[in-house]
Amino acid sequence: MTELLEAVLAVLAKYSLVTAFAVVGATVWFSYLISDRLTRGRLHGSAIAILMGLLLAYVGGVVTGGKKGIADIEVLSGIGIMGGSMLRDFAIVATAFGVRMDEFRKTGISGIVSLLAGVVVSFIVGACVAFAFGYRDAVSLTTIGGGAATYIVGPVTGSALGASSEVIALSVAAGLIKSMLVMIMTPFVAPYIGLDNPRSALIFGGLMGTTSGVAGGLAATDPELVPYGAMTATFYTGLGCLLGPSVFFLAIRAVV
Amino acid sequence: MVIYGTALLSGCLIAGVVAGQLLGYLVGVDKNIGGVGIAMLLLILISDRLQRSGRIQPPTRQGILFWSSMYIPIVVAMAASQDVLAAVKGGPIALIAGVTVVLISFALVPIISRIGKADLEMTKSKTLSAKDEP
Repeated sequence: MTELLEAVLAVLAKYSLVTAFAVVGATVWFSYLISDRLTRGRLHGSAIAILMGLLLAYVGGVVTGGKKGIADIEVLSGIGIMGGSMLRDFAIVATAFGVRMDEFRKTGISGIVSLLAGVVVSFIVGACVAFAFGYRDAVSLTTIGGGAATYIVGPVTGSALGASSEVIALSVAAGLIKSMLVMIMTPFVAPYIGLDNPRSALIFGGLMGTTSGVAGGLAATDPELVPYGAMTATFYTGLGCLLGPSVFFLAIRAVV
Repeated sequence: MVIYGTALLSGCLIAGVVAGQLLGYLVGVDKNIGGVGIAMLLLILISDRLQRSGRIQPPTRQGILFWSSMYIPIVVAMAASQDVLAAVKGGPIALIAGVTVVLISFALVPIISRIGKADLEMTKSKTLSAKDEP
């Protein structure tokens, strides 16, 4: 019996990406079932599926102590490939197919404004919170500010400035919290912030910046809005990495 | 052929990511700046042109649409491979920083939408209510 189990596990591990398709498919099916039966469609199936994904990731982290959520369990390592940046970016670009060019042209300026506002606000808020918790050196303040932008901007800024590993870990955690909150909360707040058209989706992407958060949040709100939000969000991390160790560091050092 | 669509998509992504990397290199950060965004623009421009001249066959479209419809499952897989444990363990600073920045950013969405809209209305010199937006 255990031999059979081992043989099955070996197959699952060998065909890891195929296993991932099956597992994710089952998760999505179950989520839509819950959405239908328990919430009568009020809570969107994809929102539940994303929540289940995060829950699985937590379980994976607790069980294995690794950093890649459920993908750290060997037979489920294909989920890491399926949800990794390669296929994620591939699918995001595919959502742009059929989008009309004038939608982007119309919102060009506000897209840029939202990007700058998003990066600036994140750094300021992150630095203020760090200040409130007793950090006084410009390097730590800028690094945690970067973490409030995205979980990539934080460590990139921190290592460029030579921040301590404790501060860098904090900045990553802040960025992860942000990305998860955006995934979970977007469908709920969407009606209150007018997030129902391509224009506001583009602005939303620029303000939030976290590609995974925006990707998940908009998918759970209205899949038609995904390409608009994703478009601006993909510029955010690069912009943050550019401005963080330079402009923001100098500005924060001048203040403290 | 379905592969033509998928190949077009791949070509756009690779070209976009290379361009984003170059952009990062030019401004002196070893990070990709907007690679995916550039790829999206490329795909929109090319597919728009191909569609106008009627050179895009239904199977070619399917080669792109399949990946577009795989988007949500891929996002679910992405969520399942996040370091949720680290986020939960980050403690109060990470939590408060994350929550505050998300709340403020949400609140800014309608404000920035309004700024841009005012400009749009002035340039078009006609009044559009929010409902008229597509």
